[in-house]
Amino acid sequence: MDSAMLSRLLTSLTLGFHIIFATLGVGVPLLISLAEWIGIKRNDPYYTLLARRWSRGFVVTVAVGVVTGTAIGLQLSLLWPNFMQLAGQVISLPLFLETFAFFFEAIFLGIYLYTWDRFKKPIYHWLISIPVVIGSTMSAVFISTVNAFMNAPQGFTMVDGVLTDIEPLAAMFNPATPTKVGHVVMSAYLTSAIVLAAITAFMMLRGKTGTYYKKALKLTMTAGFIFAIGTAMVGDFAGKFLAEYQPEKLAAAEWHFETTGNAGLIVGGILDEENEEVKYGLVLPNFLSILAHGNPSAEVMGLDQVPEDETPPLFIHYLFDGMVGIGMYLAALTFFYMLALRVKRFNPGNRWLLRLIVIAGPLSMLAIEFGWIFSEVGRQPWILWDILRTGHAATTSDHVGLMLILFLLLYIVLGTLCVIVLRKMFHSNPAENELEEIAKSR
Amino acid sequence: MDIQVIGITVLWVFLYGYLITASIDFGAGFFAYYGELTGRDHIINRIISRYLSPVWEVTNVFFVFFFVGLIGFFPDTAYYFGTALLVPGSIAIILIAIRGSFYAFGNYGAKKSKVYTFLYGVTGLLIPASLSTALTLSEGGFIEEVDGNVTFLAGELFTSFYSWSVVLLAIVSVLFISAAFLTFYASRANDTPALELLRKYALFWSAPTILASILVFVALQQHNPEHFASTLDYAWLFIASLFCFLVATYLIFHKKRYGTAFIFVMLQFFFAFFGYGVSHLPWILYDYVTIYSGYTNETMGVYLVIAFVAGLCLLVPSLILLMRLFLFDAEYVKGNKS
Repeated sequence: MDSAMLSRLLTSLTLGFHIIFATLGVGVPLLISLAEWIGIKRNDPYYTLLARRWSRGFVVTVAVGVVTGTAIGLQLSLLWPNFMQLAGQVISLPLFLETFAFFFEAIFLGIYLYTWDRFKKPIYHWLISIPVVIGSTMSAVFISTVNAFMNAPQGFTMVDGVLTDIEPLAAMFNPATPTKVGHVVMSAYLTSAIVLAAITAFMMLRGKTGTYYKKALKLTMTAGFIFAIGTAMVGDFAGKFLAEYQPEKLAAAEWHFETTGNAGLIVGGILDEENEEVKYGLVLPNFLSILAHGNPSAEVMGLDQVPEDETPPLFIHYLFDGMVGIGMYLAALTFFYMLALRVKRFNPGNRWLLRLIVIAGPLSMLAIEFGWIFSEVGRQPWILWDILRTGHAATTSDHVGLMLILFLLLYIVLGTLCVIVLRKMFHSNPAENELEEIAKSR
Repeated sequence: MDIQVIGITVLWVFLYGYLITASIDFGAGFFAYYGELTGRDHIINRIISRYLSPVWEVTNVFFVFFFVGLIGFFPDTAYYFGTALLVPGSIAIILIAIRGSFYAFGNYGAKKSKVYTFLYGVTGLLIPASLSTALTLSEGGFIEEVDGNVTFLAGELFTSFYSWSVVLLAIVSVLFISAAFLTFYASRANDTPALELLRKYALFWSAPTILASILVFVALQQHNPEHFASTLDYAWLFIASLFCFLVATYLIFHKKRYGTAFIFVMLQFFFAFFGYGVSHLPWILYDYVTIYSGYTNETMGVYLVIAFVAGLCLLVPSLILLMRLFLFDAEYVKGNKS
């Protein structure tokens, strides 16, 4: 393999690992803050304990997020020096702002974690969570604008390989920015809520059915329901963005070969690449036209309009379907749970429902991975859409293969230890112990 | 002042911030490990952990800030350093990753492990060594560009006297800065046994920092005579640095005013670091990139400066709050507040 391919593999490895922790890093602070706030407002020690225990686990994941974020930050320059030299001229503003947001978050997270009992009024401690939530979400916002720029570059003119007329704000607020940012932030909130719900459901299946767990599940599933609706709405806009600005990505994702009106949406299926035929797929008539333009008869550009060497790999169809499918599962599941809360005869602690929630945890993280791979592979062969090809941007170093192996080992070790440490941490100090202490002190 | 000079000064300030905060962190890791080896960990580890736990992440951001800012202001550096530093840079990332996450695993996790302390201690010395190669590279002679292909002359780097003298200085400085700070922190905590031990470490590593600095000057004279000549123009900065060192060591030796002593240690490195930096100008990477040739476009430069000023308005009060809560709150330092 050449160094460009190896660089792609190493970047995807780092991003694929980092995104797990980054997603939790964006969403979990919001849920912690929410739990602490409810705890203060209702004077309910269960919610306060939830916030405390979540934040304890969060420190461990945030540490891995910080170090892998540092890794991807440096790898951008180490693996893609030509890209950074060129794109850095236009898009370094949000990158720079992201470090500020990160700085802000890091400072207040340090304060938040070590000042639980330092203030006379608990509300002061809760106030510290706000800059943490703002900092982590803004980090995601800024970094997503950089990725949006890679998909819809603007804010400069390119003459003979030289960039002129640079407008950093136009580059930052490019057409892809609103949908990209919205989708990244919403899905991070959703996934974090679902992961915390899944952990709670898992504990409940193990026989821990106290009030503490019921409240945790109610909070996370309710939050999950709201974020699932948000994610679905932004996702729909993202589809319309693709149709307008990156039609070949949508066409490849949907195996849409011929430009037609009343285009059908293919769900699942197997592709016969030779004959451009789809077998076993479910076709929803007119749905692609609706997804792309909000009109059942609208014309949707097909791959026949795309030069062969600019066609993204067609396997992204599965990633797209996987992502959307999981998203719908999460929306349906949280909706069903909300119903169950209201119907008296149905028990929200039903074992089958809990099992479905447990499965939703890993699935939601899988959807994040699918989404990112879809977004990145779907942009190929471009690193900077229609401007710079991925193959031309990579390092020329001969040592990328070796680095790939080293980083693979690193992530295996970090991932395994992270799970072991988290399990140990909560196992050796179960919530019941802390609940007893609270009961005593009251 | 040129905007390029403002840009590099801002970045240099942040690198200086990293130099101080990371040195404290790196050295603390080594002392914690050394303490465990010699059965004295119970004396100093509480002090170290109380300081580091809330701030280690902030330390890391200083570094991220520096390199993201460098690429923003001077995108050409991404091209040259990026290509050349793949291997040493990746090793540094791996070490930083191991260090940061093992700190969290060890300190926030269920229990301490000897392996974590070992890795935490050893990486504390290896990271400054590997990061210092970036400064060494900037002196030129280790990167070659032929037909648009940048190659890194690793063999040259490993056999260079200059490169090893920088590594030595980096490690020794880390231990000195860290010991001087922790001495101050222990004195604030009224922790006499820890203070005694850390004060000894600080004195032990004081003379070697000056010897290693002299060694770097000698090596620089051989490696990059032009830069060396330029350092002589700024000799007053280095003399000021030496003076601050003497004051700091005097105070620590006579068991007086550890806080002031640490401020003088910071000034010692401030003068030396800025003396080194200003004499290196206009080069960022000797013979290839200057702050003028590698500068981004004017528009981006202005935006970055504006963003920087706005960001500082947010960060400075936050940092002050952080320090008031964990550094200058005597009750916290003594361990009376959780």
